[in-house]
Amino acid sequence: MADSNAPKPSSSVKLVLLGEAAVGKSSLVLRFVNNDFQENKEPTIGAAFLTQKCNLPTRTIKFEIWDTAGQERFASLAPMYYRNAQAALVVYDLTKPTSLIKAKHWVAELQRQASPGIVIALVGNKLDLTNDSESGQAESEGADGEESGDARKISTEEAKTYAEEEGLLFFETSAKTGHNVSEVFTAIANAIPETSLKSTRGPGASSAVNRGGDEQRVNLNGPREAAKEGCAC
Amino acid sequence: MSAENVGSSGDAAALGGERPPPLPPRPSQIQSKSSPSTIVPERPNLSSKPTTAISSMNIQTLSFPDGSRGTFSTAGGENNNSQGTEQTPGAGAASMGFNSISNDIDESMSIMSLAPTLRPPGDLESLLVGDMSKKSPAWMLLHSQSAAVQPFETTRAEEGAILTDFAREFDDIPEPSETWSDDARLKLWKSKLKHFMILSSAGKPIYSRYGDLEMINSSMGVVQTIISFYQGAKNPLLGFYAANTRFVIVTQGPLYLVAISKLGESDYQLRAQLDALYMQILSTLTLPTLTNIFANRPSTDLRKPLQGTESLLSSLADSFTRGSPSALLGALECLRLRKSHRHAINNAFLKTKTDKLLYGLIVAGGRLVSVIRPRRHSLHPSDLQLIFNMLFESGGVKAGGGENWIPLCLPAFNNRGYLYMYVSFLDVDPESERDMSAAGEEIAIILISPDKESFFDLQHMRDDVVTELKKRGHLDIIKTAAKQGRPKMNEIAPGTHVSHFLFKSRANVQFCMPSLHPTFSNLISHRRLMSLYHNLHSTIHAKHTHVKVLHCVGEDTTSLAWITPIFEFYCVAGPNASRTVMTQGANKIMQWAKREEERLFIIGGGVF
Ligand SMILES: Nc1nc2c(ncn2[C@@H]2O[C@H](COP(=O)(O)OP(=O)(O)OP(=O)(O)O)[C@@H](O)[C@H]2O)c(=O)[nH]1
Ligand SMILES: [Mg+2]
Repeated sequence: MADSNAPKPSSSVKLVLLGEAAVGKSSLVLRFVNNDFQENKEPTIGAAFLTQKCNLPTRTIKFEIWDTAGQERFASLAPMYYRNAQAALVVYDLTKPTSLIKAKHWVAELQRQASPGIVIALVGNKLDLTNDSESGQAESEGADGEESGDARKISTEEAKTYAEEEGLLFFETSAKTGHNVSEVFTAIANAIPETSLKSTRGPGASSAVNRGGDEQRVNLNGPREAAKEGCAC
Repeated sequence: MSAENVGSSGDAAALGGERPPPLPPRPSQIQSKSSPSTIVPERPNLSSKPTTAISSMNIQTLSFPDGSRGTFSTAGGENNNSQGTEQTPGAGAASMGFNSISNDIDESMSIMSLAPTLRPPGDLESLLVGDMSKKSPAWMLLHSQSAAVQPFETTRAEEGAILTDFAREFDDIPEPSETWSDDARLKLWKSKLKHFMILSSAGKPIYSRYGDLEMINSSMGVVQTIISFYQGAKNPLLGFYAANTRFVIVTQGPLYLVAISKLGESDYQLRAQLDALYMQILSTLTLPTLTNIFANRPSTDLRKPLQGTESLLSSLADSFTRGSPSALLGALECLRLRKSHRHAINNAFLKTKTDKLLYGLIVAGGRLVSVIRPRRHSLHPSDLQLIFNMLFESGGVKAGGGENWIPLCLPAFNNRGYLYMYVSFLDVDPESERDMSAAGEEIAIILISPDKESFFDLQHMRDDVVTELKKRGHLDIIKTAAKQGRPKMNEIAPGTHVSHFLFKSRANVQFCMPSLHPTFSNLISHRRLMSLYHNLHSTIHAKHTHVKVLHCVGEDTTSLAWITPIFEFYCVAGPNASRTVMTQGANKIMQWAKREEERLFIIGGGVF
């Protein structure tokens, strides 16, 4: 596993994105990797794996990114992606209250089951849909009020307080405008301890992983059954 | 339940009675098919005897089945404008009566050209016998001059009418608003030529191609009531007509799948489309999960567990509506490559194989380049259809960039569990991403494993394969071939008037066809072509027929179908192509296909 990765494993960081469906995980990655945005992005099926370099003054970090699918039916596969991760981006949509609840669940699961030193960033996405002056759209506030549509449902305060309690990095972003996106990744890169960069985790590091809930799906998937059928070669 | 008497041929007869008697036919009408619709009532005799209005298709078919003569008589009329319905006896095939308007020239022509085919021809050449002798030199001259008329060039306005809005067929129903009242939205919904719906046997809506489920809830309710009425009577309903719309129903365990089509496919074809949708559902859930969900709670709303599958169902549905040769023939298309190149690519692929691998595929521009597989397992076309749909038709995976790791069930392989699919699009780099998806020439490496932990093994294998392919220049060969696209008709059979064909190698479950450009590259002409193929396919496959060769003269096309245990062949030419022209063209194509067989098809593939 490890040997098939980048030639400079000491400077690569495994990062996983988690969060409710449609909060904009893939869009954040697309912004970070390709500096692009797609208005009607289709849901991720399974997971996508991407890499992107991030230049810090003292070193270069190569992110190996797992962009997971937020849909419930893929939830049981998540441990496979976060189990070796050094960093996690837990994303919610700040116009959608349920997505913060889901994000909190992911944070709790990571704290229980991921590597102990994992760096977690909580990210509230779709900032462009709010009227915050920060994203440069506050001018129309007031007069047209509802019209200009502040769709924010989760206050910065609320999320920030939670992030501080849990010791998470915290950002509000817009994958659409690009606001704060590279900042998230830079902050993560800076937060990864030097020591952790040197420890390469082999396949052996995959400690006993408890798969949540959907045990049946995982069993069906198991190499056992299909292998019997398939790989008698 | 059937529409035997709904067709507009009846109307034409009624109207015709009040009109002056018909003028004698003039040959010029063949070319000037722009004749206004008023011509219709001027030919009352036609509607009373539609049989004669049609092409060889009927006559041919009539000569074989016993007892089903009457039923077949209208089939060819439908074929004239590619809007036919199923020709199985008793299926109410007369529903498309408005199509059976043809002019007398066509009749005599088709009857003449048919005669020799009445004996079962063992070889296409035998079709030629007697053909020439039946036509006057003047007739031949006329034909030789007009044989270059392209298919559908002469389609009359009212015959093409059903497809006039086809470009908007795939648009979604707008949200309700001031400009879009509920009535207007419902009207738009009803105007769609094709609907697919899936509901649970408890009546819960699961999927509809158009309209939010709220809007169509009542329609679904009606459908469910009708189906369960028959279900209760232990006599399941398979299909019915409402006017010129065919309803076909497939019951799969706890699911009802319904196709509603005005496009004239046969029941068999519609059923195959519904089966594909069902396969997609299994691919998401697996059979045991689907069964359990409903065993535990029959009233479950399946939309939640299927979340995200909707776009895959819709891209499948739309490919059927646009018309897919691959779906029609149940076969795959390969990238044309020299035998030695394909061999070398297979070997490079095999050489890099990891033991985690079950299936490996290289695909370029949606066409198969190479397959490697265990000796004991071949890949089922219906499974490949799902993979191709996900990767090449529905944009999600491709647009994401990066590599993908996708759990999916391949139901024809094993409907009980998941496999894991590694996908890497080679050419999707940041700059050219948009262009690539537009050009449809991207190369994908698809590696499938039963082991969900094997992503990095397969990623490693991909890197090795790409290195191997680059080393010998094979990657460029693949790119060039993909860019070149399908061969042009005049490269395949120079000088032929045949405009397009489908050739399926039955043993290899693969097909090939020439470029659709320029005659069939737009949405509507493509659909016409596909409707014609659907008609030929259903006629020649109809139960109780022993037809092996079908020559069919329609108003705006001439076509030919030929089936042997080895291959299926369908071809199309303009309306004035003589049978000689058709058979010569067909023979040339056949020789080409024989010569090119190992380039066109993957024979065996890489086996380990
Ligand atoms: N206005 C706005 N829309 C966004 C933003 N980010 C994403 N979107 C839109 O939100 C939708 C979902 O985005 P995705 O990136 O696919 O969400 P996802 O979290 O990857 O979803 P899953 O893959 O299903 O888990 C898309 O239509 C995006 O265009 C944003 O910052 N602002
Ligand atoms: Mg996504």
